[in-house]
Amino acid sequence: MQQIINFLIRNKTFLLFLLLFSISLTLIFQSHSYHKSKFINSANFFTGGIYQSVNNIKQYFSLKKENKTLLEENNRLKSILFNSETGASKQTYLVENNSDNYKLIPAQVYKNSYSATNNYLTINKGIKDSVSQDFGVITSKGIIGIIDNTSNNYARVMSILNTNSRINVQLKKTNHFGTLIWDTESPTHVNLIDVPKLAPVTAGDTIITGGRSTIFPKGIPVGEVVSFKLDETENYYNIKIKLFNDMTNVGHVYIIENLDTEEISILNNQDE
Amino acid sequence: MNNIVSVNITRFIVLVLIQVLVLNNINFLGYINPYIYILFIILFPIKNNRLLFIFLGFLLGLAVDLFLDSGGVHAAACVSIAYARPVILKFAFGMSYEHQTMRFGSTEFGQRFTYFSIITLIHHLILFSLEIFNTSKIILILKKSLFSSIFTILLCLLITILFSKKNK
Repeated sequence: MQQIINFLIRNKTFLLFLLLFSISLTLIFQSHSYHKSKFINSANFFTGGIYQSVNNIKQYFSLKKENKTLLEENNRLKSILFNSETGASKQTYLVENNSDNYKLIPAQVYKNSYSATNNYLTINKGIKDSVSQDFGVITSKGIIGIIDNTSNNYARVMSILNTNSRINVQLKKTNHFGTLIWDTESPTHVNLIDVPKLAPVTAGDTIITGGRSTIFPKGIPVGEVVSFKLDETENYYNIKIKLFNDMTNVGHVYIIENLDTEEISILNNQDE
Repeated sequence: MNNIVSVNITRFIVLVLIQVLVLNNINFLGYINPYIYILFIILFPIKNNRLLFIFLGFLLGLAVDLFLDSGGVHAAACVSIAYARPVILKFAFGMSYEHQTMRFGSTEFGQRFTYFSIITLIHHLILFSLEIFNTSKIILILKKSLFSSIFTILLCLLITILFSKKNK
């Protein structure tokens, strides 16, 4: 007993080091699995509050650009509206089927990152605004990510520039599905895997979200095909995609709430 | 004594805030960011309680992790360099560092450069290996550590030179 205590006292620095190092490692491993990183995230009131006060100053610098994007979006939405009234080609953009299925909540990005391998954003809507896990986040140009953590006033978004992110997308012209992942190489490009060899892929094709997941409605633009090649098994394409929206410059975003999520998940659980 | 404590507390807060609010938005060439918050560990008084020092290193890393959503990679890297600091000090400044009340401002530039470089390199290597956590991307890890280290070392040296002038 005496020897054990002596040993502990002699090596206390090393033991403290080991303890703290293993705590950090646990935190890292937790952060690698989706939905588990509860403790260390920037959506708590302390870090969120600091990001908020800085953002209050910072947003003045991008007012012009924000105005321009809003104007462009207004312009496009108006043209859709007028076209649909005259009965001409009915364009669909945000919500294809019943518009009552999805609720949009506007939000602002407080913190954005794109140079790490697992990137997250912090936005200024939280539980108080009835935002919760697994809501999708988009801009007027394309998709941003999925909410993975919320506090009272803030929420953390797992960016599509995150190695844990898996989003179901499809080709616009055919219904071939695939999974959107990120290979950490560049913040402007992502990869699309699991598209079968039979799919007629050409460079310049538009990629949109598939309606398969309950997170994003079908038909939100994602990006366009830059290049593609077959993977090792020679059965699936590995496609490089250039994103439509600039992930390095995100200001205003929309949170999508799917009002049918519960119903669909109950239905799916019955299957199993 | 009180002076040293308050200086270090201010340094802690200021460095973390500068790091997360300014320096992490640089993204030079897409991925190069300096991590100057380790200056807190580099400049921490040499005569200290090692347990407290290691624990403070952990807190420092954890604070940065909180802001950057990086799990615990900064905490792990900081704890490691805080633990290894005496060895690095001995290597860079020779045995004499223990006996004198050494001040970083009055040491030779070459010695200081070695000391800063070793600490920064170790920190960045651990940081990026844990962050990327993929042996097949070892080139990316090395590339990121090397370029970010150069940036960090330069900035740290500049900052220490700037602020040590004022003290004299």
